[in-house]
Amino acid sequence: MAVKLASVAGRRQPVVVANATEGEPLSAKDKTLVITAPHLVLDGVALVAEVVGATEVIVCVERSATAATAALRAAAAERLGADDLDVQLVGTPKQFIAGEETALIHWLNGGDAKPTLVPPRPFERGVRGRPTLVQNVETLAHLALIARFGAEWFRGLGPSDDPGTRLLTVGGGVARPGVVEVASGIPLREALDDAGLAPGKSPPVLVGGYFGTWLGPQQVRGARLDLGSMRAIGASPGCGVVWALPDGVCGLAESARLVRWYADQGAGQCGPCANGLPAMADAFEAMVAGKRAKEAAARLQRLLPMVTGRGACRHPDGAVRLVISALRVLAGEVELHARRGPCPASGHPPALPTPRAGGWR
Amino acid sequence: MTVRLTVDWINCKAHGLCYELFPERIRPDDWGYPIIDDRPIPPELEPMARRAADACPTLALLIRMEQAAKP
Repeated sequence: MAVKLASVAGRRQPVVVANATEGEPLSAKDKTLVITAPHLVLDGVALVAEVVGATEVIVCVERSATAATAALRAAAAERLGADDLDVQLVGTPKQFIAGEETALIHWLNGGDAKPTLVPPRPFERGVRGRPTLVQNVETLAHLALIARFGAEWFRGLGPSDDPGTRLLTVGGGVARPGVVEVASGIPLREALDDAGLAPGKSPPVLVGGYFGTWLGPQQVRGARLDLGSMRAIGASPGCGVVWALPDGVCGLAESARLVRWYADQGAGQCGPCANGLPAMADAFEAMVAGKRAKEAAARLQRLLPMVTGRGACRHPDGAVRLVISALRVLAGEVELHARRGPCPASGHPPALPTPRAGGWR
Repeated sequence: MTVRLTVDWINCKAHGLCYELFPERIRPDDWGYPIIDDRPIPPELEPMARRAADACPTLALLIRMEQAAKP
């Protein structure tokens, strides 16, 4: 954030882009934030615009998120004349990767919502070639709060290297799914308990959403929701999704569907991703089906390094991370599927949503 | 100055000239896209790296010059 701010500040007529596209299917925190506190987000927008000297501000919300769009439109209208800002509200295509910052800039410049080669980064060359600061709306809301109450106040919660609060979308096998604001660094188990995970249960948990990591019961027990603690166990809070595998649902079958979805959501621009993700999905599905499962698992292991880091964006890396964590956390399941074929739970209706994409424009 | 090869993955169309011309550091994956050895290119291999980059029909093989890190 500081690097981006410093690069854009003082440059000739920079542009600020507030990112509320939230293409992650399990996440609702950005939509909830702009619906419940649109002015807080716009305060943050006004603040960074002033800091970098921007008069042009673009707020991006996924087209299908009508309530979020309406809330922002109403709030922006209420502020007309109050701050010297030209706020444009735009509806972005329904695509997982459309919110990736180079994809967003490419779309704003009239192209497909697909990632582009970096460098140049948006803060070097962004909207119409101008230096552009792209920030998530939760970050902007945090800035607005820091401006109001001070950095000391913000640092009063959470660990020193990742202070403040974070928004979570808790879901899956819990009684009260939804969006909550918690202190950074709270135990993951506390977030699950508060959402109504039954006391005796310790299911695998997907943290960080589809771009995240499966954590096993043992990892969940000790995990805390801040960057440092999560990094220590090879995960990240990411977009704040915490999803507990419900009873009677097969984590492997769900993961197989996610890998296929990842393959379908690719922009199709980069060879290793366009070829590798479908091959990974094939291998994962064969493994779950118990069809020559050992060979399929070996094929999958061979594909992972052939995809990692080999694209214009991090889409392939997200799929690889998901697969690696699924193989680790659900290793026992892999073994069972190999020996006996698909488990009864694999026939369960899909628990994780895999929405269809809505075109690139 | 350190010289490294990178790929513009959007423009690479797996023509395969790079690993024909510079097998010391580039090999093909299952689909014919280049797998680049990430180590810096020593001066004696630099001409071959440049030849491979120049030969790429889509100019997707990029030579990145990096300032060596200060001690």
